Amino acid sequence: MEEPTLSPILEAEVVFSTPQGFRGREVLVLESIIACGAEALLIRGKFMGLPAIVKWRPQKPYRHPLFDKRLRYERTLAEAKTLHRAKKLGVLVPSVFYVDPDSSIIIMEYIDGKIFKEYINELSIDDACTVSREVGKYAALLHSDGIAHGDLTTSNVVVKGEDVYLIDFGLSVTSADLEDVGIDVHIYLRSLESAHYALCKELFECFMQGYRAVAGSDYAEKVLRKVKEIRLRGRYVKERRRVVEE
Amino acid sequence: MRLYRVYKEGQLKALVKVLGIESTAHTFGVGVVDIEKDNFILADARAQYSPAVGGIHPREAARFMAENAPKVLRSALEEAKLKIRELDAIAVALGPGLGPCLRVGATVARTLAAYYEKPLVPVNHAVAHVEIGIKLTGAKDPVVVYLSGGNTLVAAFVEGRYRVFGETLDIALGNLLDVFAREVGLGPPYVVKGVHVVDACAEKGEEVLDLPYVVRGQDVAFSGLLTAALRLFKKGKKLEDICLTLREMAYNAVVEVAARCLVHTGKREVMLVGGVTASPYLREKFEKMCKLYDAELRVVPPRYAVDNGVMIAWTGALAYSKGIVVPVEDAVIRQRWRIDEVDIPWRNQLYRRFLRQK
Repeated sequence: MEEPTLSPILEAEVVFSTPQGFRGREVLVLESIIACGAEALLIRGKFMGLPAIVKWRPQKPYRHPLFDKRLRYERTLAEAKTLHRAKKLGVLVPSVFYVDPDSSIIIMEYIDGKIFKEYINELSIDDACTVSREVGKYAALLHSDGIAHGDLTTSNVVVKGEDVYLIDFGLSVTSADLEDVGIDVHIYLRSLESAHYALCKELFECFMQGYRAVAGSDYAEKVLRKVKEIRLRGRYVKERRRVVEE
Repeated sequence: MRLYRVYKEGQLKALVKVLGIESTAHTFGVGVVDIEKDNFILADARAQYSPAVGGIHPREAARFMAENAPKVLRSALEEAKLKIRELDAIAVALGPGLGPCLRVGATVARTLAAYYEKPLVPVNHAVAHVEIGIKLTGAKDPVVVYLSGGNTLVAAFVEGRYRVFGETLDIALGNLLDVFAREVGLGPPYVVKGVHVVDACAEKGEEVLDLPYVVRGQDVAFSGLLTAALRLFKKGKKLEDICLTLREMAYNAVVEVAARCLVHTGKREVMLVGGVTASPYLREKFEKMCKLYDAELRVVPPRYAVDNGVMIAWTGALAYSKGIVVPVEDAVIRQRWRIDEVDIPWRNQLYRRFLRQK
């Protein structure tokens, strides 16, 4: 995909949405777009001098305007709430600096670390295992409070020094049942399999160690059975990977 | 179970004309194609079962098909000006679909293949929808959005197969619209002058009500939406508003999943197939979405977006050219034959060529 550019419209919308009393341009400085997904734009910048990420869900022309507004409002709010809840549970996530659901913007802490997926091969197996165990603990903590991350892959784990952060709660569910929980664990396992096949078994075992330590082995077994069931449904067997050009 | 055996390419005789039989749901269709001609469709005969009340009853649909099969077959052969002996292969949709209906088509195809000693080619109905779409719209490597009464899926060609990126976890989009229309008394008939009754009703809607919007990861779910919409109707909300909301929720969910697939795979085309894609409002949504992601939208002409025999014949011809045939005694139906279970050897080659050009 082409490198997206900061459009003037975007800049205006972000700047004007900052709360009254602040002079927009001083409070928020936008630097560059770092990712452009199907749903949101991620923009690097500074919020009151702190390194920040602005997550903006732009309007979608294909949705009815009323519904579009409501959906973006709800999703923005839900994501911010989940981030906050996760933090209270003791999961390291980016701190939310500012939320404006009306213009569907979350401004959050920029984690200056390395993405686990890209960094995994530089790590020793023990260090990678430690990270994976930490992710397992986080997953169990979230699940114990009924939160499912929704996209728990190694690309959504950021390692900063000793600390492990979870990012991107855009697809999270806050009333998770066993199915959602199972899908979370399954997605993590799949991301290990697709990108780190050689280490996949060990790293998943580390993940489950962390998971068991928090959730108890009975619940962990229940989740593993669910994961097995999900995988047996077949459609997850070998799919959804980006095409590797021959 | 052996589903098919693959011959070496050299063993095949030059392929010209294939007859295809479709009987997965409500349409018994027979098509004949000649892949060497520009006007490749030689015949396109069909008989459609439409229940006077309610939805499709599989047994009644199958009875209708059994009664009409000889007539449809004869008219297709007359239209193509061919005798069965002059055909090179018989293709048949062995799934996915309604069991009793599939059995009618399979029986006709097996009989023809055995009696006239023609090779029998197994075709997956969903793959056939995609292939005829690609042929008719000139798409190269699209994200496929297949929306019909029985199917709701978003797929793309990756590593030798059409991989499913998102699909419905419960009922299909067309089923949602039809059942809703039936329960609130808007249909049958469900489609009037090419426009679905729910679509027509939604045009007069003004307000977007509160109904669940379910996109779970890359999948959609509609049964909760249906229940909630019917509950609103019983509460006495304005029907037009309910239609508008229902349509918004259902269509948006599909468009969103397609958009995700587009971004994820990096493809540049979206192709709409299946009966529901006749909806002008749905197309408009897809047009807007494609513009946003700089992709091209391709819509299969309505006549071939719905179930038909031509698509089976065409896909059968493609498969036969790669040596895919099934012995008559093994040509059993598969009601739940998923699109991502089927190898697409013919497209591998096309796809490689396409990548080289790019």
